[in-house]
Amino acid sequence: MKDIILKAENISKQYRLGEVGTGTLSHDLNRWWHKIRGKENPYLKIGEVNDRSKKGTSDYVWALQDISFEVQRGEVLGIIGKNGAGKSTLLKILSKVTAPTTGSIKSRGRIASLLEVGTGFNGEMTGRENIFLNGAILGMTKKEITSKLDEIIEFSGCERYIDTPVKRYSSGMTVRLAFAVAAFLEPEILVVDEVLAVGDAEFQKKAIGKMQDISKGEGRTVLFVSHNMAAVRSLCTRGVVLEYGKVIFEGNIEEAVNRYFDDEKQFAYKEWDKESSPKTNFLRLLNAKVLNEKEELELNHSITNSVAIQFTYEILEEGNTFTHGFNLFNNENVHIFSSHDKDSLTLVKPLSKGVYSKKIIIPGNLLAEGTYTCSFAIMRYNPFVVEFHEMDIVGFNVIDKFGGDTARGNYNGNFPGIVRPILNWK
Amino acid sequence: MDSKNSNDWLFEITPTNKFFSLNFKEIWQYRDLLMLFVKRDIITVYKQTVLGPLWYLIQPLFTSITFTIIFNNVAGIKTGSIPPFLFNLAGIMVWNYFTACLNGTSDTFKSNAGIFGKVYFPRIITPLSIVISNLVKFGIQFCIFVVFYIFFFCQGADLSLNISVLFFPVLIIFMGILGLGLGMIISSMVTKYRDLNNLVGFGVQLLMYISAVMYPMELIKEKLPKFGWIVQYNPLAYVIETSRYMLLNIGNISILGLVYTMVVTLIVFFVGLLVFNRTEKSFIDTV
Repeated sequence: MKDIILKAENISKQYRLGEVGTGTLSHDLNRWWHKIRGKENPYLKIGEVNDRSKKGTSDYVWALQDISFEVQRGEVLGIIGKNGAGKSTLLKILSKVTAPTTGSIKSRGRIASLLEVGTGFNGEMTGRENIFLNGAILGMTKKEITSKLDEIIEFSGCERYIDTPVKRYSSGMTVRLAFAVAAFLEPEILVVDEVLAVGDAEFQKKAIGKMQDISKGEGRTVLFVSHNMAAVRSLCTRGVVLEYGKVIFEGNIEEAVNRYFDDEKQFAYKEWDKESSPKTNFLRLLNAKVLNEKEELELNHSITNSVAIQFTYEILEEGNTFTHGFNLFNNENVHIFSSHDKDSLTLVKPLSKGVYSKKIIIPGNLLAEGTYTCSFAIMRYNPFVVEFHEMDIVGFNVIDKFGGDTARGNYNGNFPGIVRPILNWK
Repeated sequence: MDSKNSNDWLFEITPTNKFFSLNFKEIWQYRDLLMLFVKRDIITVYKQTVLGPLWYLIQPLFTSITFTIIFNNVAGIKTGSIPPFLFNLAGIMVWNYFTACLNGTSDTFKSNAGIFGKVYFPRIITPLSIVISNLVKFGIQFCIFVVFYIFFFCQGADLSLNISVLFFPVLIIFMGILGLGLGMIISSMVTKYRDLNNLVGFGVQLLMYISAVMYPMELIKEKLPKFGWIVQYNPLAYVIETSRYMLLNIGNISILGLVYTMVVTLIVFFVGLLVFNRTEKSFIDTV
């Protein structure tokens, strides 16, 4: 049986664009005039989808439109989306900072939000005083804070500075202290936004560990917003993907993360004109294609199939020896591998003017499920010179499946790792 | 979905507040925050200063001296048997409490937009903390008033206490409530219309002149019979006149006037609550 702790029903949020100025009063009066006659708010109708890059006709936009989702107790829900997708607005509504224009959110637990660490920190006050102040702002009572004070100080690692005014702290220390306070909050639902973007690697690890404890060990519900996909993937169990204020995906976190990367890097074909093409004085890249085993353009490849990437270029000047390089990255920008065409004939015998193609084949059952992007380079040996190295040329998705010919077999759980080869077990 | 407890939601976030809903339980839960805000307001004022809390005393003392020189010695306003300095100090003390409450609370949404934009707690905590921390400040100022009272008494000034002084705390609380109510109305409107901010700045200054701070109420009736009603219908003038009556036993007050003052105060306060309540939910979008 599902134990739903939070339920969002058709939340929408409308914002007025432009300056709040002279027009406001007239709109307010008009709205009020409609209201006393029992009519609907006239400005609620005219909002349009919030695409920041396109010029709209209306002064009102919907930052969120009909957002509905449910969160179960003990679940860590990742909310992901590009800038302007409505994540922050959603979190603001969830944490009661602002109200939705329409719709409602029902909750069975106290919500504490961590939209920014160090909210309400007062530079003049000492670390200790700020722990109390910040804790109280986040909804803790003095008693609760006192009982956890030592733990908080220890977790922050700022013991030595605890009686020094916070304005003397480094920014990293402020964040550590602030996160420490928040980490010891005990609401049923914790809303976290981008806190992990700060602090050094050691502290980030500590913070992620603490978040995992919170959700797994203590069974608390966490709503987590971040651009750090690795953090999202390691923390969250489920994801909601927002785009232009709408939910475009809700479900498994892996799929959600892929959806997040989808439209940015989803291209199996790219061609360049004379001006924009990556080039060097003797060579110009014309196009790149991702091909399946039947030599057709294909974006999505089954994990068992090989993927071919074909680059076509034009030789502009004869008499140069060179070779090709290729790099593959996954959607977290992890460099999966690098490959040099070290035995290429072009290293020995210069090509005459004309158009040539080069193809590399990535075997099946090598890459893990996910979205990948490639880069292409032209290099010279002796001395070694990189003529150009073009990033994000084309991309493709590897889609996992079950069965005897896969590394996964019939196991249907989370299958980690950045590569997924079939190995011999002896 | 779990049907057995589908209706036991702890709370619901909806577009607008109900017409009037003040969640006392919630405010009580956040009482520690209220106290910490008060503490913050008080101690941060004198952190890294040499004179520290003495600054709370310097301002009313110097204002009283200036008023005494200008209004009593130069302009010749008579204060009866009461030393003019004490007369002015009493008025300024009470007036300062009102303006501190008003100025502090009328800026609530704007100056706290940073915090309010990040985390939820009952917004009313902030103006409440301002009124309380100013009350502490007023307490300190009141002590200096007592010191001067004793000083002048020992000097042989004709001073006598009125038994109604026992109600002085009540009067001050009403002054605080009036400042809070007015401040809440203004702070709510300032979120959209910044014009009010400018108005408050000099409005408060002008208001002082019709609030019987530096002259007894009698005087204005005597000198400006046509406009005396402005002062008479000003609840602030009434509070100040009454506090002088209580502390220094001068002037005269009517029960009717006091009742009028209290009714006005309560009306302002509830209107303030209402407006504040309506604003707090989504002010962050316009501020």
